[in-house]
Formats: sequence, C-alpha cells, structure tokens
Amino acid sequence: MIDLCKVTKTYITGTVEFKALKDIDLQIDRGEFVAIVGPSGSGKSTLMNLLGCLDVPTSGEYRLEGHSVNKLTSNQLADIRNTKIGFVFQAFNLLPYATSYENIEVPLLFAKVSAKKRRDRILELLALVGLADKLNNKPTELSGGEMQRVAIARALANDPDIILADEPTGNLDSKSGTAIIEMFHQMWKSGKTIILITHDMKLADQTQRIIRLKDGAIDGNGNLA
Amino acid sequence: MINFATVYNVFIRDFHKQKKRITLTLLALGWGTISIMLLLGFGEGLHTQLSINQKGMGDEISILWGGQTTIPFKGLGKGRHIHLFKEDPAYLKKRIPELRYIAGEYHRWGAAVKYGDKILSEHINGIAPEFEMMRAHIPMMGGRMINELDMQLKRRVAFLGDGFKERLFGDEDPIGKQIFINGMPFMVIGVMQEKMQMSSYSGSDEDKVSIPATTFQTVFGDRYLDNIVYQPWDVDNMKSVERQVYEAMGVRYKFDPNDERALQIWDTAEGAREFNNMLTGINIFLGFIGSLTLLIAGVGVANIMYVSIKERTREIGIKMAVGARRSYILFQFLIEALLITFFGGLGGMSISYILTEAFKRIPIESEVLDFMGRPTISLEIGLIVVSILGIMGIISGLFPAMKAASVNPVESLRHE
Repeated sequence: MIDLCKVTKTYITGTVEFKALKDIDLQIDRGEFVAIVGPSGSGKSTLMNLLGCLDVPTSGEYRLEGHSVNKLTSNQLADIRNTKIGFVFQAFNLLPYATSYENIEVPLLFAKVSAKKRRDRILELLALVGLADKLNNKPTELSGGEMQRVAIARALANDPDIILADEPTGNLDSKSGTAIIEMFHQMWKSGKTIILITHDMKLADQTQRIIRLKDGAIDGNGNLA
Repeated sequence: MINFATVYNVFIRDFHKQKKRITLTLLALGWGTISIMLLLGFGEGLHTQLSINQKGMGDEISILWGGQTTIPFKGLGKGRHIHLFKEDPAYLKKRIPELRYIAGEYHRWGAAVKYGDKILSEHINGIAPEFEMMRAHIPMMGGRMINELDMQLKRRVAFLGDGFKERLFGDEDPIGKQIFINGMPFMVIGVMQEKMQMSSYSGSDEDKVSIPATTFQTVFGDRYLDNIVYQPWDVDNMKSVERQVYEAMGVRYKFDPNDERALQIWDTAEGAREFNNMLTGINIFLGFIGSLTLLIAGVGVANIMYVSIKERTREIGIKMAVGARRSYILFQFLIEALLITFFGGLGGMSISYILTEAFKRIPIESEVLDFMGRPTISLEIGLIVVSILGIMGIISGLFPAMKAASVNPVESLRHE
C-alpha cells in the first residue's frame, strides 16, 4: 500500500544543506500496524510528513496505492490528506475556537459531505470515542485524553485507509494514554493501516512491526521477535 | 467548500482577541467611507442645484437674433442687416417639424410702471404663452401666465417677475390689480414663481414685466422682434435644427445659409453640456480625494489581515492537514477582509446618510445654499462607494490571503 523507494528529503537553509532522510526504502502493507521509532532528530517527523502527503520527497519515489505522489498538485495532495489519511498529533491540533462537533466536521466539509450525512457521521464518531455528551465543548473545556479522542474522531471522519499518529500519547497521563492506544488497536482490528510514530518503546512493542530510524536512515526494520 | 458560519465565527473570535486593532480599522474604514460619501454627496448636491439653477433661464433652448450678412448672395452685397419679424416664428415652425416650441420676443427698457403712487422704470417684455415651458415662466398659485386668447385679443394683461412684484406691491396680492405701463392700464394676471437664474440674455426674469407679444407690438409699435426663442423636441437635434433655421431664413431673407453672421444663435444646450462635463469632472475629483482617504483604511485592513494570518498559522496548517485546498484558505481570509470592509463601510455609509438627511432638514435660509445645494446621497453614489469598498476590500484582503494560502503545512503545524 505504501511504497518508498530511495526517498531522500533535503532541507536547504541558506547555503547549508541538511539531509533529513537518506535513501529510505520502505513498504507498508494494507492493514499493518507499524511503529516508527528513533531518537529526536532521526527524521521521524520528516518521514511522517512525507507519508502523510504534507510534503514531497526531494528525490526517490513515494507510491501510495500504486500511484506516485511525487508529481501530484497541491490540490490532489489535499484531497489525499482529506480522504485517504487521518492524522493524530501529539499536540492534538484542534481548532481552539470550534466545538468538538465542529472540529470533527472540518474534514467532512472539505469532502463536501451533505449536512445531514455530516451530522449522522459526527454523532456516530463521537459515540465511538465515548464523547457523545461533549459535542458542544470547546477544546479548552476538555481534558487531554478527551481532546485526543476528538482528534481521533476527526482523523476517522472520512473513513481513511491510513491513520498516521505522531506521539499520540506524548501529552497524556498513562491512563488516558492506555485508553488511546486501545483505540488504535480497535481501529487496526477494523482494517485500518496504522502508522505510529513514537520514541516510547513500550508503545512500539504493542505494534506488529518496528521501523527504527537513525540519522535519517533506516536502522532496523522487521517484525518483533 | 466554505462554511460561512465558521468564517463568521472565526471573525467574531478574532474580533474579541484583537478588539482594539479591529475597532481602529473599522473606525478608519468608517471615516474613509464618510469622507468619500460626503464629498460625492456634496458634488451631487452641487450638480443637482446648479442644474436646477441653469434651467432657470430655460431648458434646452436656443436664442436667435438677427445679424449682418458677410457674404454677397444672389446679387445682393454683404453688410445687409437681417431683422426678425413677428411672422418668422410661425414660418420656421412650419418649415422645421423638429421644433417643439418657438416664439418671438420684444424688449423695452425704461418703461414707466405705476401702481398707486409708486412709479418704477422697468423692463417690459413682449412674450408668448410658450415661454411658460421654454423659459420657465411658471406662475405662482392664484395667478396664470399669458395664454393664447390674450395673444389673439391683444389683451392688456401683465405677468410680473417675482422681484418686480416685491418692489411694486410689497406684500400685497397683485392679482387682478391694475397697473399703468407708460400710462396705459394693464391687469396683473400672474406672478412668476421664484427661480434661480444663472444666465440671461436680457436681464433677470424676476425683474421683468411681461405682456403678450401681440399687445406689445400694438402698444409700442416695434417693427422687428428683438429675438426668437425655440426648443426642439429632442435636444440631440439642436445642431440640425440650427442648420435648418439658417437655410429657411436664408431663403426668406435671401442670404447664404452658410453665412454664420447673418443670424446669431445661442445654443444654451451646448453650454449645459459643457457645464455638465465640468460638474462631472468636479465629482470625479472629489471622488478621487475620498478614495485616497479610503485607501489608507484599506492599508489598515491589509495590516490587520497580515497580523491575523501570522497568529493563525497553526490553524492554517491544521486545516491543510485535514484536507483544505489552498483555494479554501485563500477564500477564508479574503472573506474575512471583506467582512471587516463590509462592517466598516456599512457604518460609514449609515452615518453619512444620517448626516446628509439631518443637514437637509435643518431649515437654513442661505443664498450660499441656494447656489450650492445641499449634499445628497443618491443610489448612484451608494453604488459607487460600495464598488470602491468592494475593490478595496478584495485588494487589501487578497495579498494577505495569498500569503496565507502559500504557507507550508509542515512549517505551519510546527508554528506555536
């Protein structure tokens, strides 16, 4: 499903060139639960941005479902992020002025879903993440765990195939963190491809496969023993 | 797809966060709008008033005088005087179907007009009923203008200019009263309504005593008409009518129709056109000054949009991450800029409207106001200002919005 071939990402600041990713070869199959681990500065976030179509490779090829994303227009990339990929961020990244309901509604609006269908879908998702009673609360009125659950509901809004999670439990206490990880397991069981970016090995151990990054290159890639 | 409720909510939230800045921008916009509205309103008032004043002498008329030939014609030498006769208006009317009204006119200065013990030396004018329409000789209530029967019967009736009436009668009602012109009795049948007259060829109408042209000719025995006044059905035909007048009169009095000096014609419509162009020029100038004021407010809108975008970089990143196209971000910020412009403009327009309406209702008697008119806000001005505001809102919103739409989603998600 995801196929990276000799992917490189180089950042140029002034005259300084920085290779964030070096010749990455990576395949992730549909329905896999994968952890990408590595110390900070290892290129985890850069890899996630590429996988999430927020950015395009400097060289090499990224094929998603058999189609190269290298040459896609910004509108086509936006449509992929809207329908095929769901993001869950460490900092939740909810719109601060919008309620839970409105936050979940954003990707549905971009997907031009009708008002009635939007409403049904949002209520269904809020029930799924256990926040049916918090639909009118703004992020400031929610706990960290609740905010992350709203973010998960938002990620699932357009029923994407891939969920990309960047340190989803990083800002949560252990109890909330466990609950969130449990949700990822449920999503995985329902057929989603989950890519979890973390430096927490305990979390990574709960996935099918761990990809280790070091200095922008893959240092280890395989099933857990 | 843009959810307008969301855009509006974001605008309201921003308003609370940047109350002072947005309020000042709204004030600047309101101020700019008021400036342009009042300047244009002033121009419009001036235009309307001057147009009314200009019609004081007559609307779309030409004045025809006799002249002197400068070209020999059919054996006749140059330097012949061409005079106008009382039969000429009827002759021209018959020959030129484009003419709506035409009438001859006599003048006599220094006639003695007496009422009671008062004797004034005045300008007596021999006119026809057509002057009511052509030369704005509109009677006040209770009186009338000279009519066809007065002409036919050569009645000794007089229609007074309002200024003259004041001088001879004061506050007394003159209708039905007898006055003496050079010792001959005349009955006053009407007084002209007060009018503002900006141009004239024989003095101000308010100071004249008008009597039927037929009576004038009988009483004073004038051989020639002093001038003829005519008005075509369509003012656009003024030039062609003028040509036909030269041709018809040339046949009648045997002069070359191309001899410009054989007759003299004053086309007042041409003057009115030039005058209108000048007024339009003044309006454009006033509008330009107002637009400059508004432009400064536009810079304020752009400034606040740039600040808003900087503060909301993360929000832009989040929206892009969940699938917002760049065009959505562009429109969102553009609509916000237009909302600010809309509210500022609406406020300014409302205040301008209230100000001009209030000014109209203040009962000030002033000759300056009679001449300049009072600022008037027309639908046209409203549309012009709305268009300028719209263009300004789009321009001042477009550049910040383009900047917002061009942010890198990766960078903006990292933005704190």
